[in-house]
Amino acid sequence: MAVRMLYFAWVRERVGCGEELVEPPAGVTTVAQLVDWLAMRSDGHAQAFADRGRLRAAVDQAFVPLDTAFGSAGEVAIFPPVTGG
Amino acid sequence: MIRVVVDREPIDVAAELALIEREGAGAVASFTGLVRADAGAEGAVETLELEHYPGATEAALRTLADEAVTRWSLAGATIVHRVGPMRAGERIVFVGTAAPHRGAALDACAFLIDRLKTDAPFWKREVRGGHGTWVEARDTDEVAARRW
Repeated sequence: MAVRMLYFAWVRERVGCGEELVEPPAGVTTVAQLVDWLAMRSDGHAQAFADRGRLRAAVDQAFVPLDTAFGSAGEVAIFPPVTGG
Repeated sequence: MIRVVVDREPIDVAAELALIEREGAGAVASFTGLVRADAGAEGAVETLELEHYPGATEAALRTLADEAVTRWSLAGATIVHRVGPMRAGERIVFVGTAAPHRGAALDACAFLIDRLKTDAPFWKREVRGGHGTWVEARDTDEVAARRW
């Protein structure tokens, strides 16, 4: 099933785009596994996802830990810790 | 009344205060965050750029405002956050709260700005000498948010 990936801040810059549609294989069930799988797509992806401790995620716009299963979510976002205000 | 705005336009504090004062509460507290010039070793900040997650950012701010209104029985809560490029001295964020008395208004206002910093998806990029750097999240912000 297709998942719409969204990237923000330096994750977006390193990946090289803010959004892409991906079709993860059956064994990929958690956000962390999704990130592992995406890291193989390009050098940019690998660079963006190298430091897991600095990555945060949202599944269908709800903030979740990386070990969360994304199930049938249509949208998964990966980004650095937030710095607003 | 809850008012949440995420916009590229400059923030009109006088207009926001006038709006929340119309709630008819006895106390209005507010916080305004400005772009710091921060002339450190790397020089002064020329431009600050704010990126956000359209949809999710507004939803996160609304959730915070709802929580504040319930917890402190507020008559009103306003959060206005600017996005896009801005210069030193310009306003980044405005938080306003209206309550029957000052204690609730002041506490709710501090709660909203503390939690906004850790719970709402915004990212700051500072441009110095034509070179952009993403701002790192600060542990002190986590500590401030957890006290609530």
